[in-house]
Amino acid sequence: MDPVILSEVQEALDRFKDKEVYVHLETTNGAYASHNNESFFSSGAYIRNAKVTYERAKITGEGPYRTGLKIPFGWVYAEGITHFEIDDKGRLLLAGHDFNGKLAVALEISETPFE
Amino acid sequence: MEKERHVLVVFPHPDDEAFGVSGTIASHVNLGTPVTYACLTLGQMGRNMGNPPFANRETLPAIRKKELKDAARAMGINDLRMLGFRDKTVEFEDENMLTNLMSSLITELNPSLVITFYPGYSVHPDHEATGAAVVRAVEKIPAADRPKLHCVAFSRNCVEEIGEPDIVYDISAVADIKLDAIRAHRSQTELMLEEMADKLKEKDPKTLAWLNNERFWTYKFS
Repeated sequence: MDPVILSEVQEALDRFKDKEVYVHLETTNGAYASHNNESFFSSGAYIRNAKVTYERAKITGEGPYRTGLKIPFGWVYAEGITHFEIDDKGRLLLAGHDFNGKLAVALEISETPFE
Repeated sequence: MEKERHVLVVFPHPDDEAFGVSGTIASHVNLGTPVTYACLTLGQMGRNMGNPPFANRETLPAIRKKELKDAARAMGINDLRMLGFRDKTVEFEDENMLTNLMSSLITELNPSLVITFYPGYSVHPDHEATGAAVVRAVEKIPAADRPKLHCVAFSRNCVEEIGEPDIVYDISAVADIKLDAIRAHRSQTELMLEEMADKLKEKDPKTLAWLNNERFWTYKFS
């Protein structure tokens, strides 16, 4: 993955506009967060292959970045995005890596279901 | 260490075996005992992507699958079963299905020793669900016919609640194999090994104890 280049990510987001796409969204502190630090409240959320169609999408901020997808009856968004990749299947992979390089958040968009 | 007929190791994540059990596994292999490692998931949800990162969320499963095979080879395991579950979802699966899966492995392999996590004392929800499924499967077997069940525990309250481990193996004779197994899980362990390298070189007692002692609790059926 490479550090976010706003124009490239925005272009990729626009390419999926008005198409039926599969979304992977996750946020995590890791399963050991509360074990390693008892005062830490561990939380996370995960959805894989949610089928949505969005009418607009934007990546914004000064880094780490925020990305929002406007869907017919609501929104999908992620914050803390630092890296991106358009993989060999044409999927847009966005990720946020924490200060230790560990994945903290991911938002991915694909025209076919993720495995 | 007793010579076993067959050892069955059941953990949910590639690398679960490396830290706490790979020395024990290598020792059994050295005694000529067949070892089967059943690994439930591919650790798809790992947060370490390598340092510098060489994996992403979508490439991680294939990378960790290869790492798992490399680690198995390092330990001398020639029966590696990848059970096809998804990381962090084991606890949401049907419990009877998981129990039956463990029962079928035990029936097929007839192990004299089963190694897994101690349910209630192993921190990660996948560890807990895996250990619990193995315990349910072993519990179904009449007490006289049960294989030994050695469990790994590391929650903060484990010693307080289940006492000190009743089995501690000094695996220093196969420490190199253990380090190779840990190293094989490169995406997950590179950072940690880098931090450990100096301590190992200086023979830091705490690090050596962590590496050379593998601790198990014999499961207590109520």
